[in-house]
Order: sequence, then C-alpha cells, then structure tokens
Amino acid sequence: MTLHMPPILTYALRRLVQAIPVVILIMIGTFLLLKLAPGDTVDALVGDMGGADAAFIARLRVEYGLDQPVWVQLWRYMVKLASFDFGWSFVYEQPVATVLMDRLGTTLMLMAASLSIAFCAGIVLGAIAARRAYSATDNLISVLGLVFYATPSFFLSLMLMLVFSVKLGWLPVGGIKTIAAFYTGWDHVWDVVRHLIMPTTALSLIYLAFYLRLMRASVMEVADLDYVRTARAKGAREGRLMIHHIMRNALLPVVTLLGLQFSTVLGGSIVVETIFTLPGLGQLAYQSVVQRDMNTLMGIIFLCALIVVVVNFLTDLLYARLDSRIELA
Amino acid sequence: MKQAGLTLAMTGALSSVAFSALAQEEVQKGGTAVIHMISEQRILNPGLRASTGVYNITGKIMEPLIDKSYDGYEPVLATEWSSSDDGLAITVQLREGVNWHDGEPFTCDDVAFSAMELWKELLNYSSALQANLESVDCPSPHTAVFNYSKPMPLELFVAAMPDLGHPVPKHLFEGTDILKNEYNTAPVGTGPFKFVEYQRGQYVLAEKNEDYWREGYPYLDRIVWRFITDKSAAAAALEAGEVHESGFIGVSMADVARFGEDDRFDVGTMGYENNVAHSTVEFNHRNPILADLKVRQAMYHGLDIDYAIQTIMHGFAKPGRGPVPSAGGINYTDDVPTYDYDPELAKQMLDEAGYPVQDDGFRFHLKHRPAPWGEYTQLWAEYYAQAMKEIGIDVEILTNDAPGFLNGVYRDHDFDTANGWHQFRSDPAVSTMVWLRSGQPNGTPWTNQFGWKSEEIDQMIDDAASELDVEKRAAMYHEIQARAMEELPVIFAIEHPFISVTSTKLRNHHNTPRWNSSSWYDLWLEQ
Repeated sequence: MTLHMPPILTYALRRLVQAIPVVILIMIGTFLLLKLAPGDTVDALVGDMGGADAAFIARLRVEYGLDQPVWVQLWRYMVKLASFDFGWSFVYEQPVATVLMDRLGTTLMLMAASLSIAFCAGIVLGAIAARRAYSATDNLISVLGLVFYATPSFFLSLMLMLVFSVKLGWLPVGGIKTIAAFYTGWDHVWDVVRHLIMPTTALSLIYLAFYLRLMRASVMEVADLDYVRTARAKGAREGRLMIHHIMRNALLPVVTLLGLQFSTVLGGSIVVETIFTLPGLGQLAYQSVVQRDMNTLMGIIFLCALIVVVVNFLTDLLYARLDSRIELA
Repeated sequence: MKQAGLTLAMTGALSSVAFSALAQEEVQKGGTAVIHMISEQRILNPGLRASTGVYNITGKIMEPLIDKSYDGYEPVLATEWSSSDDGLAITVQLREGVNWHDGEPFTCDDVAFSAMELWKELLNYSSALQANLESVDCPSPHTAVFNYSKPMPLELFVAAMPDLGHPVPKHLFEGTDILKNEYNTAPVGTGPFKFVEYQRGQYVLAEKNEDYWREGYPYLDRIVWRFITDKSAAAAALEAGEVHESGFIGVSMADVARFGEDDRFDVGTMGYENNVAHSTVEFNHRNPILADLKVRQAMYHGLDIDYAIQTIMHGFAKPGRGPVPSAGGINYTDDVPTYDYDPELAKQMLDEAGYPVQDDGFRFHLKHRPAPWGEYTQLWAEYYAQAMKEIGIDVEILTNDAPGFLNGVYRDHDFDTANGWHQFRSDPAVSTMVWLRSGQPNGTPWTNQFGWKSEEIDQMIDDAASELDVEKRAAMYHEIQARAMEELPVIFAIEHPFISVTSTKLRNHHNTPRWNSSSWYDLWLEQ
C-alpha cells in the first residue's frame, strides 16, 4: 500500500530529515569551539568567588565532569541531547531546560515585536520611498534608514534610555516588569509593554533599515517590469496596481531576508537585552559565554538552530504562497 | 584631574560627615530599597561561597556569628567568645531566642553542622582556615566549642567570622547533597530580611522579617537587588531614581566623578574599610630577567604611583605598602622599604643589571596579562605599560576574559607580568598571605603561582597563622611586610577601597566597615 501524504507534509518531513545532521554538526562544532576557549566553568566560578583553594577547585571539576577528556565530555553531552536532556547549569544551579524556558518567552516577545515593526514599517516606508524616488520624501526616508542602520544598537539603546527614562521619566530604565509592584491582569500587561517599548524600538530601528532599503530597490525594479506597464495600460488604478501587482512580487526578496535575519536579530538581542536587563536568551547567552556555562550555552545554540530551521521552513511556505511559480515538493 | 580627584575625595569625606548628621533624623519606616548589582550571583549561601557579591545580598538574610563595626567586632549570632590557654579550643556562646525564618530555633547544632560540613569542607578560603578544626562540641544548645589540632589564634578566628562564619540551618541541609541543596539559591537565615524570590537575570527580592531578634528592626519593608551588567545602564537607573545604591564601583569612574558633583547622591569609600584591595604588578619569576631583584626594584622606581592614583582612581586610593593594607589594624606597618618614582634611577639600575637599551629601542620585551576585573585593572595595565616604555621596557598587553586570564596566569603561567587585585579580608592569614606562600598546587587562582619561593617567608607565614600572642603575631606580619617590600615577589602598588554611589534618600548607609556585606537592619529610606 502506498502512503500518500499531502505535498506540504512530505516537504516538511524532508526538511526535518535534512535539518537533523545540520543541527548535530552545529552542536559538535560549537562544543569543540567552546572547548578551545581558554578556561572552563570552574575557572569562571572561582573567578567570581574571588578565589578558592586547590582541593576545592579539584572537587568542583570532578563534580562537573570537567576532569574527563574532551571527547568523553562531548559523547556524554550528545547522548543526553539525543533525548532532549540539556543537562544541568552549574551557574544557575537548575536544569538547562528550565533556565531556557524561563528566558525564551522574553526573547520571542522582543524578537516578534521588533521584527514585526521593522518588517511592516520597512516595507511601507520602502514602498513610499520607491514610488516617490529621488524626491525629498525619498531622501528623508533613505537618510533616516541609513542613520538607523549605521547607529550601533548599544548607543541607540543608551540614548533612548537617557531621553525617555532619565530626562523625561516616561519609561522604565530596564527589566521586564516593575519589581515588587505585584501588578496583575491588564496592569501587569501594560507594565510589561512599557518595559518593552525602548528595547523593541532599539532593536527594530536597525532592522527596519534593511527592509526599507531592500523594499525600495525591489519596488523600483518590479515597477519597471512589462506586466506592470501592461496593467497600467489596461487602466488599473495606482492603488490596486501597487498592492496587487507590485508589492506582491516586490515582497519576495524581503520575505527571504526576514527568514535569514531571524538569526541575526537573535544576535542583536544579546546587546539590547544586556543593556535593558531583559531576562531573555540574548542576555543569557552573554552571561553563559562569560561564565563558561557550557551546558546552557549549548542549549541556547541548539534552541537557536532549531528556531532558525523552523523559521526558514515557514519562510519557504510563505514564499510559495506569495509566488505561485514555486512548488513544495 | 588632580583637582577633580581631591574634590571627589572631599565629597567622600563630607558624605561621611553627612551620614552621621543624618543619623539624628527621625526614622521613617517602610519602603523598598533598590540596590544595583553588576553581576548575578549563582549561589546565595554565604556558608558555601565567600564572596562580597554573595554577602551583598545574603548578608541581610543570613547572619554571621560575629560582624565588624567601626568600634571593633560586634556580637551577632554569637554573644561571647573565648579561647583556651593552649589555643586548641575556642568557646562561643550563641544568642538565645533566635529563630530561622522557617520558625525553627537556632542552636549550636546548626553551628556545629555548618562548621564541619560547610566551612571546613566546602567554603572557599575557609577550608584552609579551618583545616585543623577537628570537631565542634555542643555542651549546651547555645554553647559551641571549636576543637583544633593546632593552636588557633582567637584574633584570627574572630577576624574571619564576619566573612567565613555564616551558619546554615542544619535541618534543611543535613542528609542532602549540600552543593545542590535548593536552599543555596533560596536562603533561609535569621537575618532582618526574609528571602522572597530570585528571578534569574533580573532581581532578588527580600522582605522584612517581622520576628527579627533585634526588636523594632528592620526599618525597610523590602530590599530589591537588581542585576544590571551594563555600567551606563546602571548609571541611568541611579539617575532615574530606580536604584538607590550601586556599590563596589558598579558605575564607570567617569560617572563616579559626575555623581560626586550631584547633590542627590553620596559618593565615597566609607563602608569598604574591610574590603580594601591592592592593584598589583605580578612577576613571573621563571623569566630570568624578572628573577633579578634589581630589575624588579627598577621597575617599581619607574612607576609614578601618585599619578596613577589621581588619574585612574580619581584620588580614591593610596600607595601600597606590601601585602597588609593600612586597614589591617595592628598587623599593618608603614615602616617598610619604599620605591619613589625616579625614572632616571630606574634606567641606571636596569643598565647596571645588564639590560642596556638594544637596537630596537628597548631593553627587553614583556608579555603582560591584566585581570579583567573592571575599569581599574585595565587602566592600571595601560599606565604600567606606558611607564615601562619610559624606562625602555616594551610591554605587550594581552587581554582576556576572566577564565582566560586565570588560566594564562595561574595555570599555564603564560605571562611575564600580570596585574590584578586581591581583597584583604580582615586578617592576612585568610587573605593576602596566599600571594607569598609557596606550595599551592598549579592552577589555584590568587595564590603564589609566580615561581617565587622563600622558605624563610613560608615558615614565617605558617608561624604567624598559629601564633597566639597578638603582639608577637603583629610583629611577624610587620616582618613579612618589610621582606615582601624588599624582595618584591609582587608589587603591591596601590591600596584602594571600593566606591559607592548612594541616593541621599537612603539613611544610615555605609555605617560599618563592611557595610555592603552587613545586615542593614538599621537602614531606612526617606519616603
């Protein structure tokens, strides 16, 4: 009997099988790279403590399994990972899975909000700039885009903080909620939103520039194609032409970028989360590198690899939806 | 710059005067004090981790047997202490009527368990201090007798207790894997504040202990410790009024200077007398050039310590005088050899040592590793390299993060010179002597891994650690200090306390020599 699956499932299954060796290779490569860095968890721990005697250090190293050869440590790690056991965080004294789950929500919230704003504002502004190419509006939008693109996220974050928290006192400096305020319900939601406004703005402004530039170029290119000219000659109104004919096709490269950028936004969130003290994966990654918290760092990388694989898969689906020439098989 | 330093130093001094004046005000009860922490703490158990970061939080929740005040040592969970004539037994009377936060009574059993299972076995620094501890007897529920196989000076025992004498509740730790015990991150103590929650990456929250043994205390309702790793963000939080205190130089030195001129903040070094540290130059004596005493002495003459204090530390420091800082009390002396800034003399000494300037313009080249502990150490490394260049020594700075630095210097010995700082903890025996004592296994950070060995000084260190006569013991440390300044295994260049920036809304702050580590039972907030 032949099993007939819908094409999308076959496609998803194939992508999943392809992703497994990729993720395994990423994990092995990362593990070895991290081992090449000087120092280990115990060094960082002892550094943090301000010193310890030799017996204490040796005991910790045995306790954490760091007295074993690297390949033994790698094998043990991969075997555990096969059953989705991310191990124990010696820094947080908790299972890594718990540490990651605690932080995932904040990062996903920050990334989703930042990418949505950057993507939506980027395509709208890009389209406006393209339709009014070389006008004062285009120049203003393009210059602003370049300024945002060229401004380092830490600088942008600190400037936002200086203006909106220190000078105006409108927004909280950092954190994800007002501590010891014990808000509930909508008050809590509003409190979280207030805390996310500046980090989201800082992160989205940088990525907005990418989408804006790409969308502008893409719209200008598509607008010159024959089928657009034909549609216009047949009397299509400009609004309809823009939305149904130009935008739909111009969006293709921008959607591709969206998938590719998901991983870089994750990288960008390291800086933003660290400055705004947001308890997300970015801040956790930074702390884990500094503290050589191998298990947590590996867990973050695994999760990121997984997220990127999933997002790229979703991007492909969206791509197929936007471009009927593409078939999933 | 010098003027700025002086201004700041005066601000610190004035602040301390202001602190005492404010103590006369009527106390306002309630409120939440928010404290900045530059780094997160993985463990909240001072019985397991000797670290100022840990004390900064847990000192309010868990109390030591003895604490330190400006008037000397003050009883906390211990009320009296005495030693047998032979120094082999120390008897400590414990405070009665004290309960753990879960309601169980605090007794000698807790002290005995903590001493034998944690302080002796698992607590950094303490395991060396308590190496000769054989048992702790409990002749009554509130009497603890510490039995040693070798004499333990009472002075040393008492001096160590504020940092290394925090009991844990036996009933929550006995029979468990102590290193993984859940109460290591959710502390249960006897202190004025009870642990509420630890949100990783964000904050620790503690609330008032209504049943605290000091009647009428604490004044505050809550304390929040916020983890803000970025120093600029921390400065913004202080300015926005979201944080009331940032200790241990938690903001950049430029911001420290700025806050010093802002009436809304007290800036100073008060409250850190027990946490003095040295900025050092550490030599790898395996390098034959650096093994030459004349070279090390010449290098010391090449350093303008006063200039470094004014430019890097903004005046908040003083020249070092060996392994015991001026906060070391009776064990400190300034009657030691010193090395004035004299670059011409330095050059002459290097010539005489057989290291004239070569064709490339330098006498020799050194690989230097600075410790990555904040701004001080990096700037001090840069100054050191510049100063050495003036006398014809090329210093290449190799920057690492903490694990990289610890490995490079203390395990692989892959350095010619290094700089870091080491904290003094009340008594030389439990802190700075490890810089000089040889024999520590390879890879032990903040120990003598410099390839320098003096059997005579090793013996003096060991003898001083078990000398019962206070005067004799002090004389031994004076001798060690003088010898260290003469032979320069390490240059203890600058002695500096930490600096705090505190909102003037906080009252009774920095009123003990280890304030950030103390219990803050009398701290209050202007509402």
